[in-house]
Amino acid sequence: MTALLEMRGVTQVFGDPDKGGTVAVEDLTFSIDADHASFTSVVGESGSGKTTLARILLGFQEPTHGQVFYRGEDLASAGRSVHNRFRREVQAIFQDPFEVYNPFYKIDHLLSVPIRKFNLAENKRHARQLMEEALSQVGLRPEETLGRYPHQLSGGQRQRITVARALLLQPKLIIADEPVSMVDASLRATILETLRELNLKFGISFLYITHDLTTAYQVSDNIMVMYQGRVVETGGVEAVIKRSRHPYTQLLVSSIPLPDPDRRWGEDMVDASEEEISLAAHRRQCSFAPRCPHVMPMCREHAPPLYWPLNHQASACFLESDFGNGAAPDVLDRDITHAFAPVAPELRSSRELVGSESQKQGGITM
Amino acid sequence: MSSPAMPQETLVTTGATTRWSFGRGFRGWVRRHGKLSAGLTIMGVLVLFSALGPLYVDTGDAQPMSAMPDVRPSWEYPFGTDDQGRNLLAVAVVGLPLTLLVGLIAGAVAIVIGTILGITAGYVGGVTDVVIRGISDVLLTVPGLVVLITIAASIEGVISVGLMALVVSSLAWMWPTRTIRSQVLSLRERSYIQMAKLSGMKTHEIIFFEIMPNLLPYLAASFVGSVSAAILASIGLEALGLGPQNEPTLGMTIYWAMTFNAVLRGLWWWLVMPIVLIVLTFISLFLISAGLDEIANPRLRKES
Amino acid sequence: MAVSIASARTVSTDPVLSVNGLKVHFFTRRGVVRAVDGISFTLHKGERFGLVGESGSGKSTTALGIMRTIQEPGRIVDGNIALYADDMVVDLASLQPEEMRQRRLADVAMIPQGSMNSLNPVRRIVDHFRDSILAHERNVPDRQIIERMHELLRMVGLQPAVARLYPHELSGGMKQRVCIALSICLSPKVIIADEPTSALDVVVQRRVMETLAAVQERLHAAVILVGHDMGLLAQFVDRLGVMYAGKLVEIGTVRQIFDNPLHPYTRLLIDSLPTLEQRGVFRGVPGLPPSLLNPPSGCLFYPRCPSRMEICQHVAPPLVEVEPDHWAACHMYQGEGRQEVVA
Repeated sequence: MTALLEMRGVTQVFGDPDKGGTVAVEDLTFSIDADHASFTSVVGESGSGKTTLARILLGFQEPTHGQVFYRGEDLASAGRSVHNRFRREVQAIFQDPFEVYNPFYKIDHLLSVPIRKFNLAENKRHARQLMEEALSQVGLRPEETLGRYPHQLSGGQRQRITVARALLLQPKLIIADEPVSMVDASLRATILETLRELNLKFGISFLYITHDLTTAYQVSDNIMVMYQGRVVETGGVEAVIKRSRHPYTQLLVSSIPLPDPDRRWGEDMVDASEEEISLAAHRRQCSFAPRCPHVMPMCREHAPPLYWPLNHQASACFLESDFGNGAAPDVLDRDITHAFAPVAPELRSSRELVGSESQKQGGITM
Repeated sequence: MSSPAMPQETLVTTGATTRWSFGRGFRGWVRRHGKLSAGLTIMGVLVLFSALGPLYVDTGDAQPMSAMPDVRPSWEYPFGTDDQGRNLLAVAVVGLPLTLLVGLIAGAVAIVIGTILGITAGYVGGVTDVVIRGISDVLLTVPGLVVLITIAASIEGVISVGLMALVVSSLAWMWPTRTIRSQVLSLRERSYIQMAKLSGMKTHEIIFFEIMPNLLPYLAASFVGSVSAAILASIGLEALGLGPQNEPTLGMTIYWAMTFNAVLRGLWWWLVMPIVLIVLTFISLFLISAGLDEIANPRLRKES
Repeated sequence: MAVSIASARTVSTDPVLSVNGLKVHFFTRRGVVRAVDGISFTLHKGERFGLVGESGSGKSTTALGIMRTIQEPGRIVDGNIALYADDMVVDLASLQPEEMRQRRLADVAMIPQGSMNSLNPVRRIVDHFRDSILAHERNVPDRQIIERMHELLRMVGLQPAVARLYPHELSGGMKQRVCIALSICLSPKVIIADEPTSALDVVVQRRVMETLAAVQERLHAAVILVGHDMGLLAQFVDRLGVMYAGKLVEIGTVRQIFDNPLHPYTRLLIDSLPTLEQRGVFRGVPGLPPSLLNPPSGCLFYPRCPSRMEICQHVAPPLVEVEPDHWAACHMYQGEGRQEVVA
């Protein structure tokens, strides 16, 4: 398997960890395949390191330790042409649908710049054609969006245009950082559906970064749950969410406010002071120990490795350290994608699309 | 973030925009930008005065011995004459544009230097930033007028207007550098800059196409501020006698008026002319600056 | 401090706040924007009422209208807001600014959107409390203020040591709990919370909502929760009002609304919520909300409604009681030979 993008032993530290600095990401090894399209979620609270992870993968941040490889080349030392190819193949969608637009220009600017810089079109007319096609593909009407300024469009429209932009470049990987959290609820499903379509139809891999477990469940195949810079659980999304093994994942799942008055929030949470929580992050111990309802003495003395009890599920918790018969499971100390489940082929056909219905009837009205 | 009291997400924008927006085109624009319009009008009048003046009065009369000395304002000499026989109307017509020119040149030089240094320091950061910031910070603490006086006093021979401008601008670039640097620092982290990087734009392209356009309001306001400061500095130097002795600038007029005891001798018109023109200049510059501030910062506008 | 929200709740039938025909319009250069166009609902003592809607639905504007903090170019143009306080009924909409200022915080308190980011960064938490309390009760000795503050901090589950800190030293969840404590410092009868957890993570969100619930129980206050997260509202409120384009399109108990959503918009909204039941199924609500500038006559949901009828384009449906305490504004439930006859 050729890796499109690979992180090896990446650690990112801000400031001096002994003097109140933070370890944003700790020793992460993770790769994205170049040949098979994947849809992976990175889930965590703020402070989990998920945004830092995105910045490192996009080349905006050089990690304190470890390396990032693009098609085998170390990004830190790669030349201009490698970087150009990297930019072409790895794109992003950001959270704020307003901030990504330069208020001085019309929204066309967001689409025209990459066309120009990556030489995607032969002439102006071709460029215009590409922009119109991309906009239509995300369900927008070019005549209603091109030529407008960002403040003249709604948040949902603006976010769709950023998806259109990502589409123009036909990248191999799109890193989507909270793409729908600032968009209205009724539009979220449509945008996520578009992303999933891009993944299934055009073979574009996605790294979906979010704190919303429900959408992560809806849209991805595999998931990484992060807590204070470490991956605490990873594997196939069905298993990790429906049969969570790590106490933090369980806490997350039980805290989801389900739109069902009969199923109220789960069991009580363990109280921990802010101090305890931040101290645990620095010491050599399980960072979740202060909040863990199943905490054991050894959790406060050692940091648990990522145990690998099942084919497609790994959990960094000492609860896993014993199969019950004295045997211990493997430890996933290399690329965590080894615990990922393959994409379920049946998902490729079942898509109930209210959106696509009206598309047949003449376009999604925006 | 739009204010919570305003409905978002309606297709019709009620947000503020300075482009060809609502309200009867030009008149609406004038009403909305009252300060800017007033300031520009006053400046316009001053410029017209300078431009059309030579049609009504011989500019040669701004030199000494051109007319009867010490004449009160009258039909023949609307601004009167001074002790050395200068027609003060001619002096005004010649001196005002000279004063404005000094301000313009000095302001422009200061702004150009300030922009280049400010953007470089802000965007590139690192050692470059430390060096630029260090130099400008140190120079900011230097008492400007003292330095200017020293420089001006030590220039042998006659100072030209252009030289005045350069002298003044040498100490006027630091403030624009600092303010522009701060703006760039805040703009640098915006998501659209990240987008530009992802779209393959190189550093100099980002600076020119993404950052500069958003700096324009600040650049304009900074420019006006620099012009004001430059005019003030040049008038200050001139009033102390350190200006171009052979040019009838407004500041030099004040110098001559004070040297020849105009007030004690009741020749009030000699001082009033330069003072009124200077005051008008500063009022217009202030209004323009305040008006530009309103454009740059939409929250200051009257209606949101 | 884990208070279970699922405790059995009995809600009083005595009203504490009654909004009738509230209209808030914005008079802009382009015309009149009818942000809130005739809202009526009643809040009972100790009740939790949710106001749900998307951007532009008017829910935040309604909250600001009740607090009389609407700023130019917006104005309350119609309606009254009846506050049942101390055996009196006061119309908040007609109070003079100074009278309203006294009612604010003391009777009706609000935790505005993004309030945790609006804490004064150069003042310590204790000073925030001093400012709030002294603004209403002039001569309270400092010792009393500190005592009350400690009690309030305890109520929201924060250590007294928090008082000496500056806002930036607190986490998002802690700041929001401080805002809750500030809003209840004068023991109001009604607490309005506008998107109190929008920037917070699931776990912190739950903690904050539990805090709000505990505070409410302790004060026997009523809560209006304004938000767009149906899941959150389902977990927290007793009754729910669904807003669309400045109007209330459905009101009912949480159970009624989720078990039997009457209005097509409510149905679509509930259907579009992602669940942990099915992967890969995406149902959005196509279209865009209408412009509130010159709203068309007729039902404002008409262009996007899957159940629309001819009459919907011309006549705006009034809110009718379709089943006990469950109201909907939709022609499907009106008389005149349409599908269902109203009970």
